[in-house]
Amino acid sequence: MSMPFYVAPEQFMKDKADFARKNIARGRPLVATVYVDGIVICAENTSRSLHKVSEIYDQIAFAGVGRYNEFDQLRRSGVQYADIKGYQYSREDVDARSLANLYAQYMGNVFTHEMKPLEVEILVAEVGAGPGQDQLFHILYDGSVVDEDRMTVLGGEAESIARRLEERFQVGWDLGAALRAASSALSGDERQLGASDLEVAVLARTNGRRAFRRVEPPEIEALLAPPDGERSEPVPDGERNEPVPDAGAG
Amino acid sequence: MFSPTESPGPSFTDVLRKVGHEPFAVAQPSGPPPFEIRHGTTIVAIRYADGVLMAGDRRATAGSSIAHRTMDKVHPADRHSGVAIAGAAGPAMEMVKLFQLQLEHYEKVEGSSLSLEGKANQLSGMVRANLGMAMQGFVVVPLFAGFDLRRGVGRIYTYDPTGGRYEETDFHADGSGGRDARTTIKLGWKPDMDRPAAIELAVRALWQAADEDSATGGPDAIRKIYPTVATITAAGFERVEESEVAEAFGTVVATLSEAEVQS
Repeated sequence: MSMPFYVAPEQFMKDKADFARKNIARGRPLVATVYVDGIVICAENTSRSLHKVSEIYDQIAFAGVGRYNEFDQLRRSGVQYADIKGYQYSREDVDARSLANLYAQYMGNVFTHEMKPLEVEILVAEVGAGPGQDQLFHILYDGSVVDEDRMTVLGGEAESIARRLEERFQVGWDLGAALRAASSALSGDERQLGASDLEVAVLARTNGRRAFRRVEPPEIEALLAPPDGERSEPVPDGERNEPVPDAGAG
Repeated sequence: MFSPTESPGPSFTDVLRKVGHEPFAVAQPSGPPPFEIRHGTTIVAIRYADGVLMAGDRRATAGSSIAHRTMDKVHPADRHSGVAIAGAAGPAMEMVKLFQLQLEHYEKVEGSSLSLEGKANQLSGMVRANLGMAMQGFVVVPLFAGFDLRRGVGRIYTYDPTGGRYEETDFHADGSGGRDARTTIKLGWKPDMDRPAAIELAVRALWQAADEDSATGGPDAIRKIYPTVATITAAGFERVEESEVAEAFGTVVATLSEAEVQS
């Protein structure tokens, strides 16, 4: 008769967590922050077709870092869940909180019961009716949920990136300022990220029913270019909604 | 959450079936319904210079009585296509809702839109799924039109109750007043019409249909109810303002009364 080796539950859980953390940290990070019109999500991603950021529902977006096949399956499930809920009840009844809970349950379950935890961290973002009502749910590999209302960072080196972004964060900044801060927070001091290294999408209140919009490279480039005489103070109310240079013109 | 091997893919109706919700009503083994059902009536689609124009009257009838005066029969299917419905109002509205969701669901899951032809085929499947109900009197006949971004042209698809799908080259009208509307359009249609001319032709066709068919509603100046008119161009689906439709009616009324006086 064979006896399985005894492994202390603490050790077992710790090994799984270390495994997940290590593999997530290997991938490229992603930041999300609120701006005047909603939420901007900026990921370091050189692929134009394998997206890290996607649309889930009218006001809800999804972003993931880590293993692509795992977070993409989560994304599809999220779209299915949201569309079913909107069909059975009403479009207004679909919210990020319940979706984040569902993800948390699932990821927590996999972490405790399966051999291998999910090697992903995901973000469920929902743009609110006005500034200050946006929500960011950051869900970790073990199913723990962090609820943020200003910014969040997913992936490796999250702490140092968050610190750099925090330093520049301003309430009510425009898309350009938010994106420049996000990109320099991601790149750090040693390197510079260009439009082709980034995947950017916004959830904007101004977009109508479906708030999600991908920001294409020409527009990213225009937004990343520092405005005349880089402002360090908060932009006065009247100048906030500067028209974004037309992407098609580039 | 579905495992990768059991995932229903990008089809929303398959997702619904997977969770135990049959999206289409199942026909009962009995004859026609013992009650009057609501019907929507005349819908038209016309190709013009910028793309396609769709229009529909606003009346719903139940037997010989008017059931609803402000029904919208022309709906956006997605950004670059629209669907108009004639027939049993209940199943028709449900079909539009499902069709819109089907297109949006595909777009979100796959990350790109279906081709216009793909969308037309999807709708064909939905009409076919309703065949059992159609046999009992709940016929739904949609009209589908859109701007084909890959070819840069407006296209129109018509359907029969069995799900048959036919592409029309220039225009089509369906519903109980469809014949009269079609005749009017046939006489007035020219290739590459501009937007105002297309709006006026659609409005004229609906007026003629309302004149001959009791189930089609004419313009209601007292309640300010005018037909739904929408254009689908490279810029997308866009509702034509009610004031513009009212104005087009003004022109039609003026020319028709002039003709009346002369005859």
